[in-house]
Amino acid sequence: MSVATRDVHLSFGRHQVLRGIDLAVGRGETACVIGPSGSGKSTLLRVVNRLLEPDRGDVLLDGVSVLDQDPDALRQRIGMVFQQFNLFPHMTVLRNVTLALRQLKKLSRDEATELALRQLDLVGLRHKADVRPGRLSGGQQQRVAIARALAMSPRVMLFDEATSALDPELVKGVLSLMAELAGQGMTMLVVTHEMGFARQVADQVVFLDRGRVVEAGPPAQVFEDPRSERLAQFLSQVL
Amino acid sequence: METLATLWETFFDLESMREALPEMLTVGLPNTLLLALLSAILGTLLGMLLAMAGLARTRWLRWPARLYTDVFRGLPAAVTILLIGVGLAPLGLAWWGPNPYPLGILALSLIAAAYIGEIFRSGIQSVEASQLEATRALGLSHGAAMRLVIIPQGVRRVLPAWVNQLIALIKDSSLVYFLGLVASQRELFRIGQDYAANTGNESALLLAGLFYLVITVPLTHLVNWVDRRLRDGRAGGPEPDSDDPVALAGEAAPSTGGSGRETRHA
Ligand SMILES: Nc1ncnc2c1ncn2[C@@H]1O[C@H](COP(=O)(O)OP(=O)(O)OP(=O)(O)O)[C@@H](O)[C@H]1O
Ligand SMILES: [Mg+2]
Repeated sequence: MSVATRDVHLSFGRHQVLRGIDLAVGRGETACVIGPSGSGKSTLLRVVNRLLEPDRGDVLLDGVSVLDQDPDALRQRIGMVFQQFNLFPHMTVLRNVTLALRQLKKLSRDEATELALRQLDLVGLRHKADVRPGRLSGGQQQRVAIARALAMSPRVMLFDEATSALDPELVKGVLSLMAELAGQGMTMLVVTHEMGFARQVADQVVFLDRGRVVEAGPPAQVFEDPRSERLAQFLSQVL
Repeated sequence: METLATLWETFFDLESMREALPEMLTVGLPNTLLLALLSAILGTLLGMLLAMAGLARTRWLRWPARLYTDVFRGLPAAVTILLIGVGLAPLGLAWWGPNPYPLGILALSLIAAAYIGEIFRSGIQSVEASQLEATRALGLSHGAAMRLVIIPQGVRRVLPAWVNQLIALIKDSSLVYFLGLVASQRELFRIGQDYAANTGNESALLLAGLFYLVITVPLTHLVNWVDRRLRDGRAGGPEPDSDDPVALAGEAAPSTGGSGRETRHA
């Protein structure tokens, strides 16, 4: 499923956070969004699944505007993974994954459990199905969060700094899972500070600054041949 | 020496206690438990409604909830119980006869609801916004997210305070004696007081006090136990993880111990 934004604007009060974002991610492509803190990356992701409503502009999935779709139905087709994992601490790992399956897909307990266990297996955590998330390492929690999102068979995945809260030694496991997903043809919009990941996995790198797309293109171009002063400066700071 | 002996007799006259014991066990204790239990159930349900109203987006629910809470928390329990138990007695008489229990239970529940509502509201409010966001991102409606994710977590966090409120309720149940109880309706306090009046010493009242302690002290410890368990379940140290296949492929033993709850808002 392709994702596009057209001239998206969004303000919090008088603070203009997104100032005309145009973006196009083809079906099965991975776009990595990079940019300084406060540039509007998280806000942009939240506009795509309508956790935030844009003041102006449009968001298109396969060319169809999402703004007049039922937000809850829309979100079932878009998985989201957060920096702080946001697992439900009062439920077991298994119930974290089955909750939406049972509530929204109306699967029976057995069907939901089977699907969830298969999904947990894919992230290597089937054996943790019965523990609470608080007992897992950050990396394991994030893999559960990915399994929770994938269990709903989304057509698009949004990642908001999925590895930023992880200790360095836990980052690799999560990134390789994301790379695997991209390789399987998932359409992904990935906010990340992991430039190595962006370089290897992204079809497109989008540099956001102060609510605008300053530059976008294939990783080789964006990383090796930045055209704007701001991107060059940003890269010199993070690389 | 004389005075000491008298004092001892006043509080620890075993004969008086033995006399009061059977009635305390067969009448007082069941009545106290009945009053406390029914008020606890009703007060908790009402408290949950109040908490929901207090958190509602429209002020037409928030303001009445606020007003209710201020009034019923601000009044002395004795005043509320008398106002409702005596003031509404004519209605009660028409509906279920001269039994003061229904109105007594209603009054106790209304008081407890004000406190329990505040307890639940603060618990629910303490749940990070990111939990709601994550639930909505899965596609669940606001109502389902509240019911399945936010409220259960919020209530869990304040269970100790809730049990404290139940303890207060058990103690306050003694106040229904204001409403006039016939012999079979007397609860622990009233029976203790009656026997104390007859025997001329306070031993029966002390016995009633012991009964209250037998109920409330274990509850207090239950609070602590529940609190500890919830803490363990939520943020307890991660267990060793040698059997994690992916751990071999890049993840060392867990070291954050993070529960994912501390939300530095992204
Ligand atoms: N709910 C909100 N209310 C008010 N201001 C907000 C809100 N959410 C974000 N902002 C502001 O909008 C701006 C962009 O925030 P956003 O989270 O999108 O940045 P970001 O690019 O994701 O930054 P970071 O790399 O630090 O996560 C920031 O200045 C932030 O303070
Ligand atoms: Mg962000």
